[in-house]
Amino acid sequence: MVSTATTSTAAAAVDGALAEGRAALVAYLPVGFPDVAASVEAAKAAVDGGADVVELGLPYSDPTMDGVTIQRAVDVALAQRTRPADVLRAVEAVAATGAAVLVMTYWPPIDRYGVDRFARDLASAGGAGLITPDLIPDEAGAWIGASEAEDLERVFLVAPSSTDARLALTAERSRGFVYAASLMGTTGARATVGAGARQLVERTRAAGAERVCVGLGVSTPDQAAEVAGYADGVIVGSAFVSRLLDAEDTAAGVRAVGQLAADLSAGIRRA
Amino acid sequence: MTTVDHPTPVVAPSFGPEPLAGERGPYFGAFGGRFVPEALVAALDEIDAAHRSAMSDPAFVEELAELHRTYSGRPSIITEVPRFAAHAGGARILLKREDLNHTGSHKINNVLGQALLTKRMGKRRVIAETGAGQHGVATATAAALMGLECVVYMGEEDTRRQALNVARMRLLGATVVPVTAGSRTLKDAVNEAFRDWVASVDTTHYVFGTVAGPHPFPVLVRDYQRIIGVEAREQVQGMTGRLPDAVCACVGGGSNAIGIFHAFLEDTDVRLFGFEAGGDGVATGRHASSITGGAPGVFQGARSFVLQDEDGQTVESHSISAGLDYPGVGPEHSWLGDSGRATYRSVTDREAMEAFKLLCRTEGIIPAIESAHALHGALGVARELGPDAVVLVNLSGRGDKDVDTAARWFDLVSDEDLVASEAERVADAPEDTEGSGW
Repeated sequence: MVSTATTSTAAAAVDGALAEGRAALVAYLPVGFPDVAASVEAAKAAVDGGADVVELGLPYSDPTMDGVTIQRAVDVALAQRTRPADVLRAVEAVAATGAAVLVMTYWPPIDRYGVDRFARDLASAGGAGLITPDLIPDEAGAWIGASEAEDLERVFLVAPSSTDARLALTAERSRGFVYAASLMGTTGARATVGAGARQLVERTRAAGAERVCVGLGVSTPDQAAEVAGYADGVIVGSAFVSRLLDAEDTAAGVRAVGQLAADLSAGIRRA
Repeated sequence: MTTVDHPTPVVAPSFGPEPLAGERGPYFGAFGGRFVPEALVAALDEIDAAHRSAMSDPAFVEELAELHRTYSGRPSIITEVPRFAAHAGGARILLKREDLNHTGSHKINNVLGQALLTKRMGKRRVIAETGAGQHGVATATAAALMGLECVVYMGEEDTRRQALNVARMRLLGATVVPVTAGSRTLKDAVNEAFRDWVASVDTTHYVFGTVAGPHPFPVLVRDYQRIIGVEAREQVQGMTGRLPDAVCACVGGGSNAIGIFHAFLEDTDVRLFGFEAGGDGVATGRHASSITGGAPGVFQGARSFVLQDEDGQTVESHSISAGLDYPGVGPEHSWLGDSGRATYRSVTDREAMEAFKLLCRTEGIIPAIESAHALHGALGVARELGPDAVVLVNLSGRGDKDVDTAARWFDLVSDEDLVASEAERVADAPEDTEGSGW
């Protein structure tokens, strides 16, 4: 797995969007749902629709941060035994479009694979880095070393409950952007974006973060427009997965993912 | 929150300088840590601080001690079991009777401490995970006692296996939520409790049931369970004039084992044995022996031994004992095992059930199937150590909840009767059994 093109970074993708006077669109899709090939097609459709950054999910058996939509998708991916090697192949295929590709993963699979080895293989596949929802900077010594060695991005999360000291620590240890969880809760569509999201973005910037993207509960173009008004990027996950879950067949699901990306992208440009 | 912070700790000798017993996390050697979402870090920090302050507050310590004396029935007694021990070559075997506690197991020790801590933190709601239902029942009990709202997450598979405990929790006013995600067992109940907690942490305390999970839970739960060993160490010396040669306990997550081990950690002549659930045998792959049959990894908030496949996906555990049927184990056990201070062995379903029957028949005590793993292990240890040995066993729970399982295992009632009684139970149940509306 040696990529010929230069890896696109999430930082560059977000900066590119900001240079156009808008926030970036970050799209999450779990690899292996409905199957590996279709998840790659869906990710490419999201890029065609306007996603600047793609997060490819590495399925894990105990996804404590995810709501029912992503749990259902991950169950399907694991039932087909989607493996880290499948995720790396998917990264390579999606990165070939020129989009920045991050892997969103719980820590146990990476720990088991070997953090240095995964960092090497991810860099070879053209991946930009990792988003780690259950790895706080305090526990990330090995990953920080490996990502420095392979020049990979490290996206850590902050939450409304984070103290200013922890925001500063997280901002300092992150590379690429900081992922601000809009509310206290798991992934999944919600009627409104957490009221504390704007304040969290401001606090995270004040704590030193260069780029702050907002996720959790963002699913509609209106919500995307709202978040794009104050954040550097808008992260959408469950809404994309729902499109695949609800579709009559894979082709229709992939089309619906592309359409949602286009709608969200339009929403962001309205902001 | 009470802010009285007295300088002299009344109990909390584990703050001492001892190399092993003084370890307070977040890491025990290479094990432990906090592999959790950032959203929970503030709550974990708050619990850690509240716990430290509570442990050095004489008023808190006395309130807990009073509950132990007048509510759960401490100190629990020691029973010597010579007719049982006769099957192991004549060594003295002593049982620490945690089965006699209110609610039927050692789980109440931890829960009373955490319920008091919940009130101290100004929270009004508790959540808990449960497998066999013992921790859920204990939590529901403490919540009823202290007027806290209580929600218990239980794998759907376990709500069927332990229907009576579901009813007990509902009688006590708790809401029991059957978890349909994943394998529908204990680990999935833990996941669901974490999902609840991340959204409710402002008002809710997660009463974690064992010495696993992210820091500070392994230390917090141990601090509330170590009373077992503190009492037993003194009791055994009073009875025999010396320390035991070995201390035996069953290990699922490991709270009863740490509870009885901890006071003996610095007694280097006292050997410590943890017995994991071997299911059909470790070689078959159908077991719950994380230390003897697993490998180090990250699982549910901590680095410890875990049953996982080559991709880091959690492997389902198997045991006749629902309370030991968990693919992880507390980090302090991983550390004690790795360093050689404690020895961990695996006991199969069949071996545990033989010991279960033997204790019933020789001593008139029906043990929990969990504890029967320790009883089987103790027989082996007693044989190894010879007739002069004194072996202390933590009888962590009673077997009332296991009568149905045992009746099936030993073929004590006909299948027709079991099916009929099951059907009757279902027919008699009201349609809406979802909680406190009865």
